[in-house]
Amino acid sequence: MNSQEAIESLNKSFEGKLQDKTEFRGETTCTISAIDLRDIARFCRDQLSFDYLLDITSIDNFGEEPRFEVIYHLYSMPHAAYLRLKLKISEELGAIETVSDIWPTANWHEREIYDMMGIKFDGHPDLRRILMWDGYPYFPLRKDFPLAGLPSEMPDVAFTKITPLEGGPFVTIPSTAGSKDREPRAREL
Amino acid sequence: MAETHAAAYDSKIEGNVIFTRLDAALNWVRKNSLWPMPMGLACCAIELMAAAASRFDIARFGAEVMRFSPRQCDVMIVAGTVTYKMALAVKRIYEQMPEPKWVIAMGACASTGGMYRSYAVLQGIDQLLPVDVYISGCPPRPEALLAGLMKLQEKISRERAFRNQKPELVEKLEEMLA
Repeated sequence: MNSQEAIESLNKSFEGKLQDKTEFRGETTCTISAIDLRDIARFCRDQLSFDYLLDITSIDNFGEEPRFEVIYHLYSMPHAAYLRLKLKISEELGAIETVSDIWPTANWHEREIYDMMGIKFDGHPDLRRILMWDGYPYFPLRKDFPLAGLPSEMPDVAFTKITPLEGGPFVTIPSTAGSKDREPRAREL
Repeated sequence: MAETHAAAYDSKIEGNVIFTRLDAALNWVRKNSLWPMPMGLACCAIELMAAAASRFDIARFGAEVMRFSPRQCDVMIVAGTVTYKMALAVKRIYEQMPEPKWVIAMGACASTGGMYRSYAVLQGIDQLLPVDVYISGCPPRPEALLAGLMKLQEKISRERAFRNQKPELVEKLEEMLA
């Protein structure tokens, strides 16, 4: 079974619930709606043998509605096939169901998404921040969070300050130039 | 010890007596036995380990006794990126070190935040601790750390150790002598 056959099998079982299936360089992606997430996830694991959740990522499409996107990257060990599931959620809703009972590795991925993007996962056994400390008031990967950060203060735990960004952010620019010119530096962008 | 010379008079203790200033003696003792607190937070810690290993051998400068208890340390080597989450922990460990104590900021991150101009990274450990020596580099080579250590030794050898250690006693002595 390859990714294409997996999609066909999914399509049969979830008639009309898969939206824009795309194929790019041998990678198959389809969009689902948040309500079907757990059913489809369980089906992918049990029937299609996508036994490995590679990663969960999230996107903030700031200014669009629905605002957030969550992407599940699945891999099948027995068939060496990839499958990518996308779903969109609005800011008001702000929560989807967990898949951490289906793929235990999702536990920390979902915590990271909660930490960085502020999307909640219903039914998650331990939804705490994973990188920033409990009580940090912002979600740093959101598009409306400034690059320099925001000041915060939690006595005896941690504090943050605004980072000076004179000369622009400290970045490299993709090019074919030599390593000296590709060095990350402060650049006006 | 430049200001030390053997007593040269004909007696049984000849050669066993030296004259020096108290400060010079104290500083000499301190600077040649700097026990570091290895505050290894990122890749600089690898270079710190290399500096302690046989090729670079920080033991040549009396600083080989890396202590993982701050209560036995003289110099904190902040080696790596100090995140805001770690910052107060670093400060707390520094505060647990007994006086006299010194701080080396090793590498770009510990000195200024380095390439991490980020919401999550403290922009230099000198915002929290009094830093004695900054070492440039990303990460600095072990030689640079050794050079920094020698700089610190130089700095220590110029300190007024006795006055700093026992200010009341010095005052009393000065009164008595006046």
